[in-house]
Amino acid sequence: MSLLLDISSGLCLLIGCFLCLSGGVGILRFPDFYTRMHAVSVTDTLGAGLVLLGLMLQTPDGLVLIKLILILVFTLFINPSASHALAKAALHNGLSPKEGRRADKGGNTSSKL
Amino acid sequence: MTEKNNRSFVPSHKLSLLLTLALFWWINSNYSNPLLLSLGAASIMLVLYIAQKMDVIDQESQPIHLSAKLPSYIVWLAKEVVLSNISVVKHIWSGNSGISPTLTTIDTRQCTDISKVIYANSITLTPGTVAIDLIDDQLTVHALDKADIDTLKTGEMDSRVRELEN
Repeated sequence: MSLLLDISSGLCLLIGCFLCLSGGVGILRFPDFYTRMHAVSVTDTLGAGLVLLGLMLQTPDGLVLIKLILILVFTLFINPSASHALAKAALHNGLSPKEGRRADKGGNTSSKL
Repeated sequence: MTEKNNRSFVPSHKLSLLLTLALFWWINSNYSNPLLLSLGAASIMLVLYIAQKMDVIDQESQPIHLSAKLPSYIVWLAKEVVLSNISVVKHIWSGNSGISPTLTTIDTRQCTDISKVIYANSITLTPGTVAIDLIDDQLTVHALDKADIDTLKTGEMDSRVRELEN
C-alpha cells in the first residue's frame, strides 16, 4: 500500500514537473504575449495541481493535507484573475495580438531548442 | 440590485461566513489553548464587523445557493482542464506551426454577475483560452487555437454554468 502510494505520488510529481517545464519552454517558443500566456496557464493549472497532488499523497498528516488542498484551491482562484488582469491591461494599452498563422518574421523559429 | 437592502441582512450568509472563517482559522493555527482560541474568536468577530460595515455579506460573496451543484461542475471542469492541458502541451513541443491565435468576441447567456464571473474564470482557467474583457453579454476571448473558440461557441460550458444557478 505504501509502495503504491509512493509510486503514484512520484508519478504525479514527475508529470507535474514535466508540465511546469513545458510551460517554461512554451514561454520561450510562442510568438507573442498572448500565446505565451497560454503556455503559463499550463504551469498554473495542471503543473501546480499535479505537484500538489503528489505531495498530498506523501503526507501522513491530515492537517497538512487540508492545507495543501487550500493552496491548490487558492492557486486555481488567483491565477485566472491574474492572467485576466494581465491580458486586459495589455489589450487596453494597445498591444494587438498576432492573428492567424505564425509570425512572418522568422526570428521566432525553434532553432535554439 | 433592487433587493440589496434586505439581502445583506439574511442571517445564513453571515452564518456561513462565520463558519468559513472559523474553519479557516482553525486549519491554519490548530492550537487549542484558551488564549489563542479567544484571540481567534476576536479576530473573526472583527472581520465579521468590518464585512458588515462594508456591506459585502451577500449572495455574491457567500454563494451558498450554488454549493449543491458545484461539485459536479468542478469535476467536469477538471476534465476539460486536463484535456486542454494536453493539447497545449502538444502545441508547445510540436512548434509554432500548428497554432492559430485568435482574438474574438463570443456571446454569453449568463444572467447574473456571479455566473458571468464563473464562466469567464472557467474560460481563463482552461489553458489555451483567456477571457480578456466582458462588456454586457459580450466576452472577448483570446485562444491559442481556433478550434478552442469553436468549442466555446458550441456553448456547452455556457449552459453548464447556467445550470448552476437554477
